[in-house]
Amino acid sequence: MSKSPIYLDYQATTPLDDRVLDAMMPYLTGKFGNPHSASHRFGWEAEAALDIAREQVATEIGGEGGDLVFTSGATEANNMAVKGLFEAFAPSRNEIVLSDFEHSCVLKSAEWLAENRGAVLRWVPVGRDGRLDLSALKAAVSDKTALVSVMMVNNEIGTVQDMAAISRIVRDVGAVLHSDCAQAFGKIAIDVGALGIDLLSLSGHKIYGPKGVGALWMRGDLAVKPGPLLHGGGQEQGLRSGTQAPALVAGLGRAADIAGAERAQETDRLAKMRTRFLDRVMEALPDTQMNGSIEHRVPGNLNLCFPGARADLLLSGLRSVAVSSGSACASGSGRTSHVLRAIGLSDDAAKSSLRIGFGRFTKDEEMDYAAAALIETVKACRR
Amino acid sequence: MQNRQRHYLDYNATAPIRVAVIERMSEVMQTVGNPSSVHSSGRAARGVVEAARANIAALVGARARDVVFTSGGTEANNAALRATGAKRLIVSAVEHDCTLAAAKVSGLDVKQLPVDSQGIADMAVLAELLADGGDGVLVSVMLANNETGVIEPVAEAAAIVKEAGARLHVDAAQACGKIDVDFGHLGADYLSLSGHKFGGPQGTGALVLAPTVPLAPLITGGGQELGRRSGTENVAGLAGLGVAADCALAGLADAPQLARMRDQLEAGVQNLWDGVQVLSQSAERLPNTSCLLLPGLKGETQVMHMDLNGVEVSSGSACSSGKVKQSHVLTAMGVADDLAGNSMRVSLGYGSQERDVDAFLTAYASLAERARDRVQS
Repeated sequence: MSKSPIYLDYQATTPLDDRVLDAMMPYLTGKFGNPHSASHRFGWEAEAALDIAREQVATEIGGEGGDLVFTSGATEANNMAVKGLFEAFAPSRNEIVLSDFEHSCVLKSAEWLAENRGAVLRWVPVGRDGRLDLSALKAAVSDKTALVSVMMVNNEIGTVQDMAAISRIVRDVGAVLHSDCAQAFGKIAIDVGALGIDLLSLSGHKIYGPKGVGALWMRGDLAVKPGPLLHGGGQEQGLRSGTQAPALVAGLGRAADIAGAERAQETDRLAKMRTRFLDRVMEALPDTQMNGSIEHRVPGNLNLCFPGARADLLLSGLRSVAVSSGSACASGSGRTSHVLRAIGLSDDAAKSSLRIGFGRFTKDEEMDYAAAALIETVKACRR
Repeated sequence: MQNRQRHYLDYNATAPIRVAVIERMSEVMQTVGNPSSVHSSGRAARGVVEAARANIAALVGARARDVVFTSGGTEANNAALRATGAKRLIVSAVEHDCTLAAAKVSGLDVKQLPVDSQGIADMAVLAELLADGGDGVLVSVMLANNETGVIEPVAEAAAIVKEAGARLHVDAAQACGKIDVDFGHLGADYLSLSGHKFGGPQGTGALVLAPTVPLAPLITGGGQELGRRSGTENVAGLAGLGVAADCALAGLADAPQLARMRDQLEAGVQNLWDGVQVLSQSAERLPNTSCLLLPGLKGETQVMHMDLNGVEVSSGSACSSGKVKQSHVLTAMGVADDLAGNSMRVSLGYGSQERDVDAFLTAYASLAERARDRVQS
């Protein structure tokens, strides 16, 4: 057994794929130019990297006709979308509708607008299955709604929303639909046109790309668009100033490319792996509960509740396996997961739950080992 | 044809990444871990980020805990101007585009601090603007200008600002790695820096804070950077930034040599034709930067000519090259409108050699000749 723990926290971050690193290296070494230097070759090479990556990313979401703005990550993209859209709509439409279990960067952006810009927030509940209550959404939107923000895939429980149905409701009232797709991008097929998504945020490091890069995609014919969050040299068509990082962007593009090419096969492999893992756990610990729908869920995620076993004790007992009790951002805070509370778990149940995330580099034997270690640890905790 | 050697003299736009930085980044990119995760992979990533924080703190003479990592200099400047609770702004007329743009969109009352013909901010005007007290005022003066390399009297500004009870932000993006930067000694409240200007990767930077000053997050979310900047940290990038800071500190010893090469370049140019002006030549400047004014030829034409001859320079800052836009820096210095578009910026760095200067002078000779013919005909 190797000394480093088995990494099963793929929703927190993923290892960089070697092929992505290969795509990045030329821009770290010889082609180091500033893409904004229009007058010499070093600058052109760097700019070309951005163009290629823009196409790779857009292709992956079926968004070729839209505008893609590179950012420092999904957090910045979500800030730009939520704050920028609201400012663009205000004051004629001053309400923001969002699901109860959005990522903290969407929540905090909306709360910031409520505190500082008079935004009215309308929260739409999610069901026990981790899917948005569509009739509640219908009731929440109106001609006062500026934007609706719903994450396509939840970061803790991996549940997938019916974006097409959500979009129809949003469009009926003339509002704009933003979706945080940090956990969906590359993992499930996304066609922004068919799904009716107007703005989409994505991240590199969740799909075996580098940290420090993400993007905000916007439909090309949007009537109201967010303005920039960062002002300055006017890069990214004036929508996001700051020297772009060609190496990071090239890495994001390549990561998108690989994810698209291998998705079908990977989905199948991960689904089998999950079934096998789950079967073992359920057999040994039959009172284990699944948090959120298993059917509408990305293949590399599990979120399980082990009644009577505290997650913090499980984590410290599971030395050889890296899993988590919620989002990485909230790790160590001792707070109860707002996601698990949103789907109706009691405080106790939420504090007895673990997120298990696996992906491209997870091997069958690692999952087998992890299942055995987990079962053992849960039993020990209950003794 | 294209394998002819290229001479990169545009370090102020972006500097080549140091080899040690690439090595460290490749190493870190092969590990996994979100610094916010509590498991050992996460803690290892946290360790990488915190080590880089210590390196940056050492580079600028600050406490590690006062270093807030950002996606670059632009974000740091935006945060300083728009997220520190300022009620009024005073910005020097030669600040970087992103500082000026951030001031413009802040919705606050903005006063401009004029500069003299050398590009040095007028401290008497600063004192005047703050005469009625500086409560709630943020003053932004860059440490070194990106186009002329002029070093601004920041310590003097800090004394005036402090006296008035205002706060001072210093954009040190072009200064870090080129001259000694000591945050404590400067007496500023905020300092911005950018990784790719001193051999680190693009997409990294920091805002450094004085121990007691406020910073509300510009980017909200998971609460990283002690709640001061959300978003998963660019771990490998920051590791690279840390190594670059180390290299930059060590590289300061080479400054006299760079200055010698730069002076040699300027002497060579003026020797070709005395119609060439070196801007801010008598001011205190960065050792690596030279801003040349060549009457009769547009900056874009000059840059194109140099590029065809294997020498990479820029006209004005990279952010405005490619756009037909006059340099606001030169205009602020009082350069006449018909001349302000005729500048070329040459910036050297740690990879620069005598042969780059030679190649520059060879290529510049025919340019100067063309300009002279045009002006004198």
